[in-house]
Amino acid sequence: MTRQPSVSRRRLLRTTAAGAALGLAAPFGPRQARAAGTTIGFIYVGAKDDYGYNQAHAKGAAALKGMKGITVIEEEKVPETVDVQKTMESMINLDGATLLFPTSFGYFDPHMLAMAKKFPRIQFRHCGGLWTADKHPPNTGSYFGYIGQGQYLNGIAAGHATKSRKIGFVAAKPIPQVLLNINSFLLGARAVDPAITCQVIFTGEWSLAVKEAEAVNALIDQGVDVVTCHVDSPKVVVETSARRGAFVCGYHADQAALAPAKYLTGAEWNWANVYKMYVEKLLAGQTLPNFTRGGLADGFIKMSPLGPAVSDAARKQFEATLADMMKGSFAVVKGPLKNNKGDVVVSSGQAFVETAIELESMNYLVEGVIGSTS
Amino acid sequence: MADIASRPLATDRPAPSATARLAVLRETLRETLARRAEAVVIPVAALLVGLALFSLFIAALDKSPLQFFELMWRGGFGSWFSFQNALARAAPLLLAALCVALPARLGLVVIGGEGAIVLGALAAAAIAPPLRGVPPLLVIPAMALAGMVVGGLWIGAVGALRHWRAVNETISSLLMTYIAIALMNHLVEGPLRDPASLNKPSTLPLDAAYRIGPLPGLDVHWGLVVGTVVCLAAWVLIDKTRWGFAARIVGGNVRAAQLQGLPVARLTIGFCALAGACAGLAGMIEVAAVQGSANASLAAGYGYTGILVAFLARHNPLAIVPVAILLGGVEASGGLIQRRMDLPNATVLVLQGVLFVATLFSETFYGRFKAFNPDLWKRRD
Repeated sequence: MTRQPSVSRRRLLRTTAAGAALGLAAPFGPRQARAAGTTIGFIYVGAKDDYGYNQAHAKGAAALKGMKGITVIEEEKVPETVDVQKTMESMINLDGATLLFPTSFGYFDPHMLAMAKKFPRIQFRHCGGLWTADKHPPNTGSYFGYIGQGQYLNGIAAGHATKSRKIGFVAAKPIPQVLLNINSFLLGARAVDPAITCQVIFTGEWSLAVKEAEAVNALIDQGVDVVTCHVDSPKVVVETSARRGAFVCGYHADQAALAPAKYLTGAEWNWANVYKMYVEKLLAGQTLPNFTRGGLADGFIKMSPLGPAVSDAARKQFEATLADMMKGSFAVVKGPLKNNKGDVVVSSGQAFVETAIELESMNYLVEGVIGSTS
Repeated sequence: MADIASRPLATDRPAPSATARLAVLRETLRETLARRAEAVVIPVAALLVGLALFSLFIAALDKSPLQFFELMWRGGFGSWFSFQNALARAAPLLLAALCVALPARLGLVVIGGEGAIVLGALAAAAIAPPLRGVPPLLVIPAMALAGMVVGGLWIGAVGALRHWRAVNETISSLLMTYIAIALMNHLVEGPLRDPASLNKPSTLPLDAAYRIGPLPGLDVHWGLVVGTVVCLAAWVLIDKTRWGFAARIVGGNVRAAQLQGLPVARLTIGFCALAGACAGLAGMIEVAAVQGSANASLAAGYGYTGILVAFLARHNPLAIVPVAILLGGVEASGGLIQRRMDLPNATVLVLQGVLFVATLFSETFYGRFKAFNPDLWKRRD
């Protein structure tokens, strides 16, 4: 504390003066108080550095920070209550934001919709893909990516790495987006070896570190030797798996740094591309799209670099499948396919490519997944 | 008690002179003022000490405490928008804090209001769809009643466990919160799920007619008024009725209360149930005014912030109102502080924690200062 008193005092005076100047400027309108240009607000439900869902978005936001005339403002750990409505309003009123990205799924209804009605001249884009033209205001929209493709590729890496032919999945909730990931992971592994099974454990919450660790331990105790997950922050799953000696596939963001030896690959969001697209359109004065989707080929998602434990055979199949997917119209879910209760869910000859809307209401676990949706 | 007995009473002596009467009056006034001042000066001093300690923390992060407080003022109170932001965030805290403050008068530390909020909200959201078509004037009170009954049963059970089985109410109420949230998730994802809610399992949405709107001319929902009225009612109950008096005696000494023949069981369970009813009502308002259906977003931590509000208000229902608004303002400014100063969200939590500890510590000073304590002046005499 003693080594820099003069610096902090000067800094204190400087920031105080700046603060006072801002305070004086406030009556003349918040928009003038900030520098000219466009302000874009990002809102996260968890921590920006969670090694997961929120970090993936924050990385996308960071990619905008160097763009000319763009100011990025961010707020983390905002609950899906009146808090997020007030955060949006505060970003608009106090910071002059004109484009908002509330990134958590639960922000959409009723919170973002309420604010979109209140501020018809502000643009809102939401991650999750719920927007429909007849139901939702024109100044709102949604974007999402076909990350099931990434989990299929995870499955290929896992299928080659497993010795016990048992792989595991730690999942938050049995909702369509998660079920598609679980099924894709198993189907990828079965593309390597049709005898592989996948045990799934639902924790019930998006972020519940203790239960996630317990789930990993339970899976590994049952003989599972490759684990992946769909929870907000895969940090605990990745670290616990590696500590127990199992291989692990990542999700949301790159977690290789948490388990350098055991990390095979991971399905990552690549939001920088999506956010840049919106901002370029905004700067060019074009209308922003209301409904945006994309997969590997569109650069919405990407795979973590393959880890040191990935064999040559695995690398070959992984890269071949990735190349197929890059061409577009790759069907992960195709018939004949039964659910794990023995009923046919996709008949022979039927195939759902990544853009198929049917995939977004998936309510089953495919044959080979051990677990239940309820 | 000895002081009261020795205090000169009108009946003790024959017709005192006018000057003597004036002196007595002045003395009484001084004593009352001193005692009243204590209840204001000590909490305010604790607040200031807390803020001073927090300033050191901010300075240690190499940020300006002055800018921090300037932004806090601007984000939470400094403009009409900011003040409404504070009020909107304070609204659910009023009832959540009562869930802690009411049992506290019996000496019980109940920290499981979150569970009663979540289940009260679920009950309110569950009974509305079957009543579709019934006038809102009936349905909205029915929803409130459902929330209060379920919340009341939940925390009432905590009181019952405490009284009959000697189960520590702090632990049981906290653990029951986990059960409540799991139960809510199970029902929302299972039997009560709206089939259309694919990726965010929720109950059927409320009809627009059954929603609670904002206060006229304000951007704050009716929960603020309901919460304030219930706080007033709770103050009357505790300070002005014989039940409140009895409850305070139980809080002072259970054995003495039992010897006096007070209905300790009924008081314990009843106050806990009332506390739970407050939390359940908070949940109902959250569903009817904000969320529009019950889902996992209901477990937003209001029950936990309510603990902080109740302790800062020293469990006085009247003090809960300003304290909740103060904390609402602190939370409202948290976003602005994150955005402008590049500080993590946890900064505001640190501030809340420091204020909490400073307030708890200040409890030890009550009755210690001569200036506030006429008993000490007299001892000197």
